[in-house]
Amino acid sequence: MKKICLSVIGLYLTFLSSFAQTETDSTSGYKSKPLKVDEINLVESYYKQDGNHSPVTGGIGTEKVTDLSNGLEVKWLGYDASGNKHELMLGMGIDHHSSASSAFVSKTGASKTDGNRIYPSISWTKENEAIGTQFGLGGYYSYEYNYQSIGMDMHMAAKTKNGGEFNAKVSGFFDKVKLILPSELIPAPVVNTNTPATVTSYTTASGRTVYLSSGGTVIASSSNAIPSSPRNTFTASLSFAQIINKRMKVSIATDLVAQHGYLGLPFHRVYFTDASEKVENLPDNRMKVPIGIRLNYFLGDNLIIRSYYRFYTDNWGITAHTASLEIPYKFTPFFSMSPFFRWYTQTASPYFAAYGKHSTSDKYFTSNYSYSAFTSYFMGVGSHIAPPKGIFNTHLSTLEIRYGHYTQSTDLYSNVLSFAFTFK
Amino acid sequence: MKSQPCFFLLAILFVASASSCIQVKEYQKNKLNDADMALSSRKAEKNELNFQSYREGASGANGGKTGGGCGCN
Repeated sequence: MKKICLSVIGLYLTFLSSFAQTETDSTSGYKSKPLKVDEINLVESYYKQDGNHSPVTGGIGTEKVTDLSNGLEVKWLGYDASGNKHELMLGMGIDHHSSASSAFVSKTGASKTDGNRIYPSISWTKENEAIGTQFGLGGYYSYEYNYQSIGMDMHMAAKTKNGGEFNAKVSGFFDKVKLILPSELIPAPVVNTNTPATVTSYTTASGRTVYLSSGGTVIASSSNAIPSSPRNTFTASLSFAQIINKRMKVSIATDLVAQHGYLGLPFHRVYFTDASEKVENLPDNRMKVPIGIRLNYFLGDNLIIRSYYRFYTDNWGITAHTASLEIPYKFTPFFSMSPFFRWYTQTASPYFAAYGKHSTSDKYFTSNYSYSAFTSYFMGVGSHIAPPKGIFNTHLSTLEIRYGHYTQSTDLYSNVLSFAFTFK
Repeated sequence: MKSQPCFFLLAILFVASASSCIQVKEYQKNKLNDADMALSSRKAEKNELNFQSYREGASGANGGKTGGGCGCN
């Protein structure tokens, strides 16, 4: 009897002690961590091209262009009290370009040939690592002498239980195109003929006409208050990636694009069969549908196959195919060299015709060879270096170097050399 | 359009591949997690994608420009 009582008392005390523990705070496992710099990316690129079909001079003439592109991106990572990961990215891009054909915006060839573009960006993403979802917002700005752009986006992602991931993004760019016309096509300014003073005029090196009173006061100038025209672009981007097995993964992506506004460039000339000339005229709306598929496969222990195919169509009559293959060979787990080859072909837009081939009855017309039928090839080699302790034991964790040579059947060709540095 | 059968064939191939996927545990992902296996263009490709979108009629579906944002079409 005593044993039974002791046993019952013991069980009762055990029962009581199971409720003696304090309730665990569900968030006690998470401590917020402030944003800290996680990664800095620097991308430098030098591009040089030449050809014979400049749209500035109506589809003939030099297409010499050089571009030095510099991009810096800083990423901060942190965690909030709920355990969500926050990523903040600030980017800044500065490009300097020179274009030989830009000199001929003026009929005399006296226009500026070089320019700069500056483009900052910001992006914030919040990720719930436990359930594999992300949500974020982004903002962009771009300024160059003849073009200004403000953009924004909203993006989200979700992982599936069997190694898949959905991504979606909607974005809008609200741009302004400054209507800088070829000098000979600038409408003459209206001069106030009621003024009693004698009016004189002169033409500047860039082709502007300036009207002066006898006292030297500028009455009118063809470059005053160059108007701008809007161009808006809306994009819905969707993609899905899936792990197939231990060596292969695939993805499919599309960007549904709708553009509206001034979609040409105001300094592109078009010459007609009767030798007259006008500025190119393109429709004020464009819908684009590209769909791309990637498949990557790790063959053996050292070879990777990176493949890509894209089908493209739009309502300007262009249909295009793109296919590329890159074969990284891993000399060590941290160093690989990748030869690559890209093939591209497109049909012509009905709005395109070569120099002097447009009929004066055409409603839309351009001699920009980007809208002609052609095939192009791009080939080169890249390297990827990422030792575990950084290059020479520094914060430089990854270095990519990449060179490519590009040719089009329109006789345009170019070379590009790029460096990408990642610091951690 | 002649190009449509080609595209649909590839889309079917993609769906067939995706539906035949197997569960891969985290410790088995050493090859999948290799930097050269990433399903995106490389950082050093950024300006290549830009000039291709400027000089060609097609753009998009590759992580690059789709339109807008600069004085190019």
